[in-house]
Amino acid sequence: MQTWNYIEYLAWGLSILLGLYMVVDWVRTDTTYPEDVLTSSREGELEAMTEETFKG
Amino acid sequence: MANFDITSNVRDGMGPHGTKVGLLRVLGPAHVWALGVGIVLVGEYMGWNFAVGKGGAYAALLACWFAGILYTCVAMIDSEVTSTVAAAGGQYTQAKHIVGPLMAFNVGLYLVFAYTMLEAANAITAGYLVSVVSNMTGYAGTLDQRPFIVLVIMFLAWLNYRGVLATLTFNLVITAVAFAAIIVLFLSTSGILGGGIMQHAALFEGHELPYGWIGVLAAMHFGLWYYLGIEGTTQAAEEVRSPARALPFGTLAGIMTLLIAATLTWYVCSGVLPWEFLGDGVSGSVAPLFDTARLSGSDALVWLLGIGTLFATLASANGCINDASRAWFAMGRDKYLPAWFGAVHPKYRTPYRSILFLVPIALIFALGAPLDQVITFSILSGLLEYTFMPLNIILFRKKWPMGVIKRGYEHPFHPLPAITLLALCAITFFAVFLGYGTQLVAMIGFYIVVSLWFHFRRYRFVDRGAQFTMPWPRPQGY
Repeated sequence: MQTWNYIEYLAWGLSILLGLYMVVDWVRTDTTYPEDVLTSSREGELEAMTEETFKG
Repeated sequence: MANFDITSNVRDGMGPHGTKVGLLRVLGPAHVWALGVGIVLVGEYMGWNFAVGKGGAYAALLACWFAGILYTCVAMIDSEVTSTVAAAGGQYTQAKHIVGPLMAFNVGLYLVFAYTMLEAANAITAGYLVSVVSNMTGYAGTLDQRPFIVLVIMFLAWLNYRGVLATLTFNLVITAVAFAAIIVLFLSTSGILGGGIMQHAALFEGHELPYGWIGVLAAMHFGLWYYLGIEGTTQAAEEVRSPARALPFGTLAGIMTLLIAATLTWYVCSGVLPWEFLGDGVSGSVAPLFDTARLSGSDALVWLLGIGTLFATLASANGCINDASRAWFAMGRDKYLPAWFGAVHPKYRTPYRSILFLVPIALIFALGAPLDQVITFSILSGLLEYTFMPLNIILFRKKWPMGVIKRGYEHPFHPLPAITLLALCAITFFAVFLGYGTQLVAMIGFYIVVSLWFHFRRYRFVDRGAQFTMPWPRPQGY
């Protein structure tokens, strides 16, 4: 077993940890907040105000 | 309403028109630059040299400059339209507002495929680079590249998941290092600082255009590699503090940076490496800038360009995750895809479901598909996207002439850039057809099939009234 073999295992381990972090946080977020809040993003908020200002 | 500042710390990107949790407006022009240049710069470190194999060193230079004109047109057109249609989704959102839903659906898919395939290609390359490092440090066995490919995708996805500011600040630092490495290599090997090692005259003699002018045409396919992805700056539109300033500034500074980087890259590599070796990116020069550094005899340059290669690869993959997820998110928000994908993380303010959904897709392509096929799919999707742009800007100027709506940037000489872009796209399609005709036809067939699916099955779910959010006057002629 050489150093690079350990580094391979380390890379697998870190990948699994990062993946788990995201999945756990995803589930926690989806169960904490209502869907209408999570999907409330609307395109063009800034543009709407820019145009209102532009028109005076 | 004029005193209402959506970019203030109080409002934090959320406006009075319905958004409770929106993407965070925290980016500046430097982040836009880092996003665009970061995605592309890996093409200077590897890939562009296939153009040398197609037609020799001069053909690669001509392809570099013609592709440079193509992408300058792309950057100018994008700067005008995106600084006006400043929303996530970039060209998808532009197409939705200016051309129509079917074009928007197709452009959205071009974007997601181009960036996800490029992300997979970058992860494969990063795995390869780690194996090179293992060999250089004396490892005798064969390194398993898979854990490093997976780690690159998972780490960058995690970074993107956690927030856009950290993601693109990271990109800014590593992209700047990768660009500086090219400048240092040029200064060190061209004779400006110390002795030069350039041998252009000797290396080019008798090999000026080995395959004639058809070689120049064929080189255009890989000429795109010098700049492929600069149009990705548009995906940051909904997260910049000032779209009208940051998007044109970042995008145009980005294309200028790339024109310099591409020409310097060609100059140093073609002046040191024989064209037969340089043009064979598989068994010859896989990473030409790194190979040039090795021939310089300087250990410091070898390390610098090695780090530059790895950083450019990571920056590209990182930007691709950012862009693919924004395009997917925007399509979900408009219900072109299930609305579930249109969610924003309430704490990190990122399109977290879209980021997560694209991770396994990138992993499948990175672990299961050959690199050249992945790259070709990415290039073809990008090329289809560029072909849409001239039509888009012509319609944009026709429907909403100057002065009718507020534009962040007005590109000069219209319609000359649009016509030039269309002509160069036609030439490049022919060049791609010469080398990858089957893939080109197969991919166009794929997009026809998904268009039929969208038209007959999916479009019924789209909220047709809600998707056109820009408060513009009725277009002329309607």
